[in-house]
Amino acid sequence: MPMISIRNINKWYGAHFQALKDCTTSVEAGEVVVVCGPSGSGKSTLIKTINALEPIQGGEIVVDGVEVTSPKTNLPKLRARVGMVFQHFELFPHLRITDNLCLGQQKVLGRSREEAMAKAMSLLERVGLKDHAEKYPGQLSGGQQQRVAIARALVMDPVCMLFDEPTSALDPEMINEVLDVMVELAKEGMTMMVVTHEMGFARKVAHRVIFMDSGEIVEDALKEEFFAHPRSERARLFLSKILQH
Amino acid sequence: MSVFSDFDFNIIARSLPYLFREGMTFTLTLTAIATIGGVLLGTLIAMARLSSLPVLPAIAASYVNVMRALPLVLVIFLFYFLMPYIGQWILHTDRPITVGALSSTIITFTLFEAAYFSEIMRAGIQSIPRGQVAAGYAIGLTYSQMMRYVVLPQAFRNMLPVIFTQMIVLFQDTSLVYVLSITDFLGAASKVGQRDGRLTEMYVFAAVVYFIISLTASTLVKRLQARIAIAR
Ligand SMILES: Nc1ncnc2c1ncn2[C@@H]1O[C@H](COP(=O)(O)OP(=O)(O)O)[C@@H](O)[C@H]1O
Ligand SMILES: [Mg+2]
Repeated sequence: MPMISIRNINKWYGAHFQALKDCTTSVEAGEVVVVCGPSGSGKSTLIKTINALEPIQGGEIVVDGVEVTSPKTNLPKLRARVGMVFQHFELFPHLRITDNLCLGQQKVLGRSREEAMAKAMSLLERVGLKDHAEKYPGQLSGGQQQRVAIARALVMDPVCMLFDEPTSALDPEMINEVLDVMVELAKEGMTMMVVTHEMGFARKVAHRVIFMDSGEIVEDALKEEFFAHPRSERARLFLSKILQH
Repeated sequence: MSVFSDFDFNIIARSLPYLFREGMTFTLTLTAIATIGGVLLGTLIAMARLSSLPVLPAIAASYVNVMRALPLVLVIFLFYFLMPYIGQWILHTDRPITVGALSSTIITFTLFEAAYFSEIMRAGIQSIPRGQVAAGYAIGLTYSQMMRYVVLPQAFRNMLPVIFTQMIVLFQDTSLVYVLSITDFLGAASKVGQRDGRLTEMYVFAAVVYFIISLTASTLVKRLQARIAIAR
């Protein structure tokens, strides 16, 4: 059974605009899938449906055996098991780094403060930010904030991780420190779905690449295949544009 | 010869303990309770207005609109006379209940100020980026946890200068309790002035005190505002 299974989902914003059109794909446990496509093609919307941050109007999503779309599903409980990293970090600016990392552990998982702190410190160590534990997010650089955001997701012991353009708000010199953390995570076998235009990252660690356009999954192929022979004209055009940089 | 030559300023010195221990204590207590109660209730009203549930936003909006359409003095009178009957209706007693002028003003000011504070908190809540809400939900928080730990602390902090400014207005408005013959600071000054036939002195003194407190407070608020702007 795949870790994430998305079957024929349809989503509208309002009554008239269809943001996702009959999308179907799946992510196996331990698989890294990169999602790319032009701006406005529905990439963010797609990954936000996986933890039900965006509701869908048709189709079915199952994460680790839990039916996301069922009204009986305990959404907070499900979301606690799915890590999410945002383009603009979205750390809680009024809380110290440690409290950013402890909030979910204590309030959602019911861990004690000591337990949560130990976990928080070990993950901060892993992303190389242990010395910044007592600072506020605003005192860190963009790259550091994004690494904290990854740690905030990881302290919850997620079964999979969703990334929505994690490096596109960063200054170029900070992109690699974030990608390095993600590469390591991928190598450890984390199931990941990553919206990104960093094709270097895709080449290095992705198993599959999904290409979206106008709310549709236009291509869903193994990495080698996607880069060597993109089937659609749209994907070819897209690749030629971003590989020029 | 000074215009103040036949003023008796000693009366002020003599009545200071009464003015402050009785009058100002009441004024500050009412200001503090109505601010705290008003912010708490106002936050609930703001959340109701912003909720996506049916009916609730409309009820909250009507409450705010009604309160903001009525003069405070009228509300003070209205509640003073109506509250015994409202209490009777809520508690199912045989007779209208007795509500003292003091409890009545505290309840009135809290309910009245809640309408204003709810508008402040609504603006504060709406100023928090949607991404913060998404991040709160993404780690598994429920709606109420997300509001309590993510949105409201930030909204409250952002709105603190506005809340304090409203509190200064409230501090001045508390003087309206004189209509129920309550001894707030102005009421105390009035009573002394009437007793000794020295109303002018007492009103001048009261004006000076209100002025100093309000000005000092708003200077502090400006400084706070500057600090918040830097911290952001
Ligand atoms: N909350 C929203 N309300 C209405 N339309 C939206 C909303 N979010 C996104 N959209 C629209 O849906 C489309 C897909 O958006 P998005 O998933 O953010 O694309 P991408 O991440 O690929 O750039 C865009 O046309 C966008 O304008
Ligand atoms: Mg996007």
